[in-house]
Amino acid sequence: MERNPMRRQLQVMRKSLFDQGYLDEQFVQLEELQDDANPNFVEEVVTLYFRDSARLILNIEQALERKPFDFNKLDGYMHQFKGSSSSIGAKRVKAESTLFREYCKSGNGEGCMRTFQQLKKEYATLRKKLEAYFQVARQAGPMETACRPK
Amino acid sequence: MAAQGRHGGRKSNKMTALVVDDNMVNQTIHHRLLDNLGIENEAVSNGKEAVDIHCSGKTFDLILMDMDMPVMNGIEATRKLREMGIRSMIAGVSTRSMEREVQEFMEAGLDDYQVKPLTVSKLISIIHKING
Repeated sequence: MERNPMRRQLQVMRKSLFDQGYLDEQFVQLEELQDDANPNFVEEVVTLYFRDSARLILNIEQALERKPFDFNKLDGYMHQFKGSSSSIGAKRVKAESTLFREYCKSGNGEGCMRTFQQLKKEYATLRKKLEAYFQVARQAGPMETACRPK
Repeated sequence: MAAQGRHGGRKSNKMTALVVDDNMVNQTIHHRLLDNLGIENEAVSNGKEAVDIHCSGKTFDLILMDMDMPVMNGIEATRKLREMGIRSMIAGVSTRSMEREVQEFMEAGLDDYQVKPLTVSKLISIIHKING
């Protein structure tokens, strides 16, 4: 049992992210790449993800303002966004991306717009939770090893 | 690691790899995965840059090739590299999973294909094919 209260809080936050389905196994893969030589690797990758994906979200938003919808273009943007999301283990965001792409393939504009709104909510929530998580992580100091959620 | 594997590559005790991916998140992760396994690596952002780096005289034991990239995609780049006589292990790494899409990529000249996201175990299975 973790004695350090900060680390305990971090463990609780981490477990919650997995239990509530915000993150999946891929996040653990990133944690396993973190070591003494790369102590902030996970935060760096996640920060890169949010910076990079903000551009894609903007592209999709702008594409959804143009009628008729260019479903190929929308699908293309979302393919890229889904790829990044998948790479950091953003489970819920990835699920909404998949749904959006299905609506693109079936040419369902209403479905695209509805799903995109949900995707943005999930994305914003994940961002907020991960920012809080990394803030505590910085205060807690380096963790020993990544561990898979039970 | 072999000094000169059957897939070509420089005479060196350290394996070398080229990451070909337009996505910076994936480039960063793949770079770190390779680093972790002691593999010297570089990254480029599209198929044309992959071809250009080979035209400059560099070769690699392993190329991790994304499929969907601007300027030149992974299928075209793989085909071009094989036409140039590049015998390095080329592993396609993409989110595409439909049989038809993967087959087209394989037919361009891949030695292996892995669905993203790339993990340590997937990378090790690719490397085993170089050494096998």
